[in-house]
Amino acid sequence: MSDRILVGTRKGTFLVTRNSGRWTPRLAGHGGAGVNFAARDPHTGTLWALLGHGHWGAKLSRSVDDGVTWTDAPQVKYPEGARHYLPPPPTDTGEGEGAPVLKPATLLKLWCLSFGQPGRMYIGTIPGGLFVSDDGGESFALNRGLWDHESRGGDLFAGEGNGTTKWFGTPAAEGEFSPGLHSIVVDPRDPQRVLVAISTAGVFETTDGGTTWRTRNQGLLMDYSPNPGEEWAGHDPHAIELCPGQPDHVWQQNHCGVFASRDGAATWKRVSSPDDGVHFGFPVAVDAEDGNTAWVVPGVSDAKRMAIDGSLFVARTEDGGATWQPLRKGLPQQNAYDVVYRHGLHNAGDRLAFGSTTGNLYVSEDRGDSWTAAAQNLPPIYSVRFA
Amino acid sequence: MPTVQLTSHLHEFFGNLRGTTTVEGATVREVIDALEAMAPGFAFYVCDEVGRLRQHVLIYVDGVRTRDRATLGDAVQPGSQVLIVQALSGG
Repeated sequence: MSDRILVGTRKGTFLVTRNSGRWTPRLAGHGGAGVNFAARDPHTGTLWALLGHGHWGAKLSRSVDDGVTWTDAPQVKYPEGARHYLPPPPTDTGEGEGAPVLKPATLLKLWCLSFGQPGRMYIGTIPGGLFVSDDGGESFALNRGLWDHESRGGDLFAGEGNGTTKWFGTPAAEGEFSPGLHSIVVDPRDPQRVLVAISTAGVFETTDGGTTWRTRNQGLLMDYSPNPGEEWAGHDPHAIELCPGQPDHVWQQNHCGVFASRDGAATWKRVSSPDDGVHFGFPVAVDAEDGNTAWVVPGVSDAKRMAIDGSLFVARTEDGGATWQPLRKGLPQQNAYDVVYRHGLHNAGDRLAFGSTTGNLYVSEDRGDSWTAAAQNLPPIYSVRFA
Repeated sequence: MPTVQLTSHLHEFFGNLRGTTTVEGATVREVIDALEAMAPGFAFYVCDEVGRLRQHVLIYVDGVRTRDRATLGDAVQPGSQVLIVQALSGG
């Protein structure tokens, strides 16, 4: 188990370290800047942070001295000629009219980071891009297989493709109705097989290292759509994770409930239990060995993104979602309005940690049975990763 | 040659551009390119990938806000003073 947690917040990167049984936070860098995600490269030890400067745009930052100093890394940029379909611009009446319009793609947000085999890194962005590095982060290239996917209009570098997109957008795009790639999981059996999840497009899989991609949305349900089971359009996974020890077990906290797959995301089954409060939320964590054990942090609903009845709890299933246990010991049970974002929950062995928009970081040493506050009064927390 | 001053916010990232910087340039674009040569990475702080001024950045030439945010074609005279600041947008 790791004794250190890397925390990305609205106002900087924090390291929270356990010494003599006590967790202590410290600001490790980027004070004042938004940090959407921070993680440690397990191969090199380099710390990476995905920044969102309010005025100066998204920037990639790294530390090779364990968080003592940080420098701008080579930046992620959409290549010249990258375009995407967006809704038509508002008219004088405030409503867009007509067909989607092609616009140049520029980086709005660096949203998630994942590591593959040594030297390979993945970054998910808004608008809906997957950037790949094969030189340890010295350079990143837009993955064209996914960017040019038929569901998004096809190859738009050269022409107008098929003229439309099935992808929707996310409010996280900060002003533009664009999709966001927020989850990247690499199959530990085969690094050529990668799953990504996009709000709002759904889950995509490659088995050839990113050359080709196919949708993996069968069984997902869009309760907000007249065609809830449609394979291509507008699915809203909030986060996906797989079980490293049983990689065919994949879990998803979706806008429309918790879904589980036992066949590597080929098919999904909704395993929410609204009567237990388990339905809406953002993050999901999966046990490293047991693919039937997962954790979520429920909220009320999409219309009320807040803890249920002012009472914060984590829900755990150990039977693939057939039943859920509320885990409340040590968590505030009244006047709590914490929301946990999609990258705000992580596990390592029996230890779990989650951080909330209210700046609270809670840690469990016993698989969620009980919790202690590792840090409070932090800025709103965007990501939590053992490091 | 025109002189450039930056918001102190940018000094945090580009310490060598503190104070008044003198650069070559007859347009705002050329001034940005000159600053990029002095401080690699600078241009991507004030412009996006396609060269447009970021939404929350303003540039003034001799006290007048520039008009061309897409290609940065506003003229800069040899004696001009260029000011690059964040656009206050509340919050």
